[in-house]
Amino acid sequence: MSQGEQVLSYPIPSRTALEPPEEWAQLRQQCPVARVSLPSGDEATLITRYADVKQVLSDPRFTRALNADDAARISTNESGGVFNSEMATVLPQSGEGHQLWRRMISKWFTAKRMMALRPRIEAMADQLIDEMVRKGHPADLKASLGFPLPVWVICDMLGVPEADRDRFSHWSDALLNLTRFSQAEVDAAQAEFARYMAGHIAAKRAEPGDDLLSVLITDTDAAGAHMPDAGLVATGQGLLMAGHETTANMIGKMVAMLLADRGRWEQLLANPALVRTAVEEALRLDANPGFGMPRYITEEVEVAGTVLPRGTTVVCSMASANRDETVFDHAEDMDLGRSPNPHLAFGAGAHSCLGQALARTELQVVLEVLLRRLPTLELAVPADELRRVEGLVVGGLREVPVRW
Amino acid sequence: MKVSVDEAKCCGAGQCVLLAPEVFDQREDDGIVVLLDETPAEHLHDVVREAASVCPAAAIELSENA
Ligand code: HEM
Ligand code: SF4
Repeated sequence: MSQGEQVLSYPIPSRTALEPPEEWAQLRQQCPVARVSLPSGDEATLITRYADVKQVLSDPRFTRALNADDAARISTNESGGVFNSEMATVLPQSGEGHQLWRRMISKWFTAKRMMALRPRIEAMADQLIDEMVRKGHPADLKASLGFPLPVWVICDMLGVPEADRDRFSHWSDALLNLTRFSQAEVDAAQAEFARYMAGHIAAKRAEPGDDLLSVLITDTDAAGAHMPDAGLVATGQGLLMAGHETTANMIGKMVAMLLADRGRWEQLLANPALVRTAVEEALRLDANPGFGMPRYITEEVEVAGTVLPRGTTVVCSMASANRDETVFDHAEDMDLGRSPNPHLAFGAGAHSCLGQALARTELQVVLEVLLRRLPTLELAVPADELRRVEGLVVGGLREVPVRW
Repeated sequence: MKVSVDEAKCCGAGQCVLLAPEVFDQREDDGIVVLLDETPAEHLHDVVREAASVCPAAAIELSENA
C-alpha cells in the first residue's frame, strides 16, 4: 500500500458468517504486506500470503512480546486481554525456556494418548447427543454439543471437578472477548480465575490424582527443575482457555460449513472414511477463526520484499493464507478429500498449537458420532442467516440451529 | 525413500504419528518425534510425504532417490 492511501481497518468485516471478506484475495495479490489499523487505533502490518505467514510464525525474531512499550495494542481495553495477561507473562514465551515448558506438557497431547482418549470422548459425545435429541428440535448444536464437549475433555485432563466447569466459560469469555467487557471486569475475571486455579493446585498437591496437573507438580523439566507455583497456575489457566473456546467454536463452524451445502453431508454419509480429511478442510476454510496471530519485532526484518522496521507489530492472517491459490488448488472450494492439506489453522513453528492432536480428535469424533446418530441432520435456518459472535480473539457462530 | 527427523525443531504436535504410525512415534516423556523406520516400504511413501508436508515444524526431511 503506498503512502497516504487509506489505512484498512482490521479485522476486516465479512458479509456472511461463513464466507471470507473479498479483501483477503486482493491483499494476497496486490498488497501482501499491508498497513492496518486495529480496534485500539494503533497501526500494525497485516500479512496474508501463505509463504509469508508461515515464515513469520516460524521465525523466532517475530516474538510474542506484545506487551512491549511500542507494540500495537489490539483493543481499546487497556490490558489487551489474553495477549498481555499474566499467563502470557509468567510462562516463558520464547527460546529454551519455552521449549522446556512445552516439552513438559507435550507428552499429555501425543497422538497415542489421544487415541487412548478417543472412546471416552465418543461416549461423552453420545451422551450429549442423547440429551439434545431428548429435548427435541430445533436445537442449538453449539450450546448442546460444541461447547460442553471440549470443556469436559480438558477439565477431565486437568482433574477439575465437573461442578466447577460452568465457571470457566465465563472466565475464558471475559479474557478472550476483548470488546464486550470493561477493563475492571476482565481484571476481576483474571483474578478470580487465578485464585481458583491456585486453590485447585494446592488441593492436587495435598491429594494427587493421575491428572495432568497432579503429575506436573512433581515432574521436573529436562534441566531438572520443578515448575514454580505461578507457572503451574498459568499452565492450568492457559490450557483451559486454549482448549476450550477454540475447539468449541470450531465444532459449530465445521458442522455449519458441512450442512450449508447438504451435498457435503451426503458425501460423508456415503463415505465416512472422509472424516479425517473433511475436518482438515473445515479447519483450512474457516473464514472466521478470530483475530489471527500478532507478533512483534525488536529488529528490522524483511517479509515479501518489504523491510519492516524494529518495533513493528505484525498480524498473521492464517485464514487468508489458507486460501492462497498458489498453495491450494481450487483454494475456494471445499474438497472433503483434500490431501495433503498443510493449512496453518494451528499456526506453525515452535508455537504451533500444542493441543492440535486433541482438537483434531475431538472434531473427528464429533463428526463421526453425528453422522452415525443423526444422518438426517440439517441446518434449521438458511446458512446466510447464521451470525458471528462479536468477540475478537476466537471467532465463532452465535448459534448453530439444527433439526433432524 | 529415506526419512530423517530433526528433534530440535519438532514441536511434538503428533501429526506424523496420526498419519503414519508405522514410521513415526513420539517419546513418552516429552512428545518428541521418534523415527521408527528410516526407509519405509513403498506403500507408505504417500502418507510419509503427507506427514512431511503437514509437519508444522518442518522437522521431517525426505530424500526421494535414496
Ligand atoms: C480447533 C481448535 C484449536 C485451534 C484452531 C487452535 C489454534 C492455535 C494456534 C493458531 C496457536 C498458535 C499460537 C501462536 O502462534 O502464538 C495455538 C497455540 C496453542 N494451543 Fe491451540 N488451538 C486449538 C485447540 C487447542 C486445544 C484443544 C488445546 C489444548 C488444551 C490447545 C492448546 C494450545 C497451547 C497450549 C498453545 C500454545 C503453544 C505454545 O505457545 O507453544 N489448543 N493454538
Ligand atoms: S509432525 Fe513434525 S512436529 Fe509433529 S511430532 Fe511429527 S515431527 Fe514433530
